[in-house]
Amino acid sequence: MARPRFAWAAAATLVITLAAAAAGDASIDGTKSSLIATFRQENVPVDAPFRKFSGHILYDLTQPASAKATLAVETASFDLGSEDYNAEVRKKGWFDSASYPQASFVSSAIKPGAPGHFDATGTLTLKGKTLTITVPVTVGRVGAMQSFDGALVISRKYFAIGDPDWNDVVDDKVSVKFHLVE
Amino acid sequence: MPDGKAGGAPEMTRRGSAPPGHYTRTAVALHWLMALLITAGFTLGTTMTDLAVSPRKLRWYAYHKWIGITVLGLVVLRVLWRARHAPPPDEPMPHWQRLAAHLTHGLLYLLMIATPVVGWLYSSAAGYPVVYLKLWRLPDLVAKDAALAKVLVQAHGLLAWTLMLLVLLHAAAALKHHFIDRDATLRRILRWRTP
Repeated sequence: MARPRFAWAAAATLVITLAAAAAGDASIDGTKSSLIATFRQENVPVDAPFRKFSGHILYDLTQPASAKATLAVETASFDLGSEDYNAEVRKKGWFDSASYPQASFVSSAIKPGAPGHFDATGTLTLKGKTLTITVPVTVGRVGAMQSFDGALVISRKYFAIGDPDWNDVVDDKVSVKFHLVE
Repeated sequence: MPDGKAGGAPEMTRRGSAPPGHYTRTAVALHWLMALLITAGFTLGTTMTDLAVSPRKLRWYAYHKWIGITVLGLVVLRVLWRARHAPPPDEPMPHWQRLAAHLTHGLLYLLMIATPVVGWLYSSAAGYPVVYLKLWRLPDLVAKDAALAKVLVQAHGLLAWTLMLLVLLHAAAALKHHFIDRDATLRRILRWRTP
């Protein structure tokens, strides 16, 4: 009979998958995490998420200073809620996703603060330009996992995101909020 | 200087009311201002959606929303004003025309409220708050919800087209009264100066 054999095969696959998940090194869980940019157009605040990003955060409560964080973001996954706009922001004038598919953050120094807080200094790379930034991060718990929350404000002009003719309509400052679970 | 301006007062039955057979200046002003705004809002609304993504498109969306919110504010004022200042009695006309006129007016009021409210609901559901005149952020009426937004934008379009068709019907009827029936229906909404 094919049915029991299929059930066994399914069960075995499940066990192997679970074992792999438990043993595999920790990485950011995309389904539980979020990365949202808030920009202003005609003074209207609009939240739009990046749908695809990945990375690792190594953080040990007992040795907070040795923490490390890396994050890679697919610029083409920025979702404004309509394909017309998503296609627009992938263009050369904006993210230029064809030439710069990823934006990244790589930490270089972690400064522990109050319990559950640290300042992450590192390099933000976006559209071929780099900037050293320091972001205050709050550590929390989501079930058995750790969460890392924070926000930063970046300048579109600095990274050449958006042609100048958009400047009257879309503000230069864009705030980015992250909630990373791993 | 026009004569008899000061002499208009004795005709008035009540302070702030127009003489019988006339609309108040406020009613006339609101009528034409809203006619202008509704036409502008409709024209913007039907053209902006076809524009390619551009700064102009975003600007037109903003203007469209500001116009819609203005219409909503004005229609509230208008209903309140009308409740205290009765419109002039109907010109003599067949019963069915009277009925059709009042039904159209009722629907116009309903749509002048429903169209901007549903537009506002759509804007909220799409995740774009309304910031009136770039200054005041209005509350979101519903949470961001893509599926709901899809339904609401259809409803908003349907209401807007119905409103515009009724405006045209209303205008056509006024012209018919003026040129065919030769009664005062159109003249009384055009008369600014009380005689």
